[in-house]
Amino acid sequence: MFRKALLVAVSLLVMGQASADASLLRLATTTSTANSGLMDLLLPKFTAETSIEVHLIAVGTGKALRLGREGDVDIVLVHARAAEDAFVDAGYGTDRAEVMYNDFIIVGPETDPAGTAKSNTVAEVLQRIHASEKPFISRGDDSGTHKRELFLWQSANKSPDGSWYREVGQGMGKTLQIANEIDGYTMTDRGTWLAYESKLDIQLLFEGDPPLFNPYGIIAVNPERHPDVNYTGAIKLIKWMTSPAAQKMIGEFKIKGQQLFVPSVGNAS
Amino acid sequence: MDVLLTSTAEAFRLLFSGNPEIWEIVGISFRVSSMAILAAVPPALVIAFTLAYGSFPGRRFLISLFNTFLSVPAVVIGLTLFIILSRQGPMGDFKLLFTQTAMGLGQFFLCLPILVCMAHVSLQAADRAAWETARTLGANRLRAFFTVLYEIRFGLMAALLAGYGRIISEVGASMMLGGNIAHYTRNIPTAIALETSKGAFAEGIALGIVLLFLAFVLNSLLQYVQGKGSINP
Repeated sequence: MFRKALLVAVSLLVMGQASADASLLRLATTTSTANSGLMDLLLPKFTAETSIEVHLIAVGTGKALRLGREGDVDIVLVHARAAEDAFVDAGYGTDRAEVMYNDFIIVGPETDPAGTAKSNTVAEVLQRIHASEKPFISRGDDSGTHKRELFLWQSANKSPDGSWYREVGQGMGKTLQIANEIDGYTMTDRGTWLAYESKLDIQLLFEGDPPLFNPYGIIAVNPERHPDVNYTGAIKLIKWMTSPAAQKMIGEFKIKGQQLFVPSVGNAS
Repeated sequence: MDVLLTSTAEAFRLLFSGNPEIWEIVGISFRVSSMAILAAVPPALVIAFTLAYGSFPGRRFLISLFNTFLSVPAVVIGLTLFIILSRQGPMGDFKLLFTQTAMGLGQFFLCLPILVCMAHVSLQAADRAAWETARTLGANRLRAFFTVLYEIRFGLMAALLAGYGRIISEVGASMMLGGNIAHYTRNIPTAIALETSKGAFAEGIALGIVLLFLAFVLNSLLQYVQGKGSINP
């Protein structure tokens, strides 16, 4: 009976459904990329030029790579260099290309009780927060941002533990709101910060140290592992995203007058 | 407080300026949830009828099972179907993950237990005489089945509305199975989650108002149906 029910449901729902083919590309990317609005600007232009429709699926970096590994998407655009390399080395992905980078910033209460604003490096910022034991909110969700934060703690030779370190397991926007409510520190990507800044009391306290730069890589899912992925379409998108025209659009993309991403290809400026 | 007021005002402006994106999202919600519940009604009726009228070993166990499914979290349904529909899963060849079909399937399994349990309760409360009479008067089993369904039509309406209310507002399974793809699998609840995560509270509230309005229409319908079903003269 269940099988019958399932069959009825599937056949009813399949009607009018666009079937997966060469004109459809599934792109898994991170929530922060999708939320910035950059892809809403770029993808329609790509579709207009190539007639390939892109379905954008926004998840955390960990989940995006997993979707690629299982062949549930054709291509991924993520920001977690170490995890990306592992993904390619394991044969899950191929044709990786750098597209752009943005940066992370440290935000916290205006009074800055840990004195982070006096720091010269991000390692020093984290050491000061660690020493002061003031609340630090961590994404705690295995996202690219979370991975980077853990890496930075490691680089600062401090292990984040104790009741002042709070893993919330939420997206960046929620994490900022939580930090705001409890007067805590957190690390955020600049895009989400710009979107939320006006609604928050916490302030930008530290920026500009190279370890905070955040490169985005685009990787096609390996057709040798998943023969029916849209590999041709994926290669087209990689070529297009790294083309001078798309790179120029990325560089000119602004939120509230601020540039969010720096193009990676031929970036002489 | 200020955020709430300005967001709500902006929400109304968005709704009544005929913003096509918002209405597209509303359309997707309606389309998917209506398909899902239409697909779920026939099997649910058959199951409920079998549970109420049949006598076979394990019947009581099945009833408990369906009652338990009433409280299964939507994300659990989502995750289970995600694993089944993923390319590495048993149904991976159908390429259903991140389609409206996958969303519909999730909603199908979410509303099925509600339909089964509420239809079963209605059948239990109804007089078995309807079935007996129809049969004695020469109706075949199918005719008798529909006679009984007609007798409990108010209960079935309530079941339908309760089931629809659950799936039209559900976010966990839809997010997981549909992937919240713009113009395709972005429905009201996943759009609210997205707008909120972007800090675009006005859009979130506007969609919340649409959803509330839908819930209000559904509830008014339920009231109307129950009013007609009144036992008072």
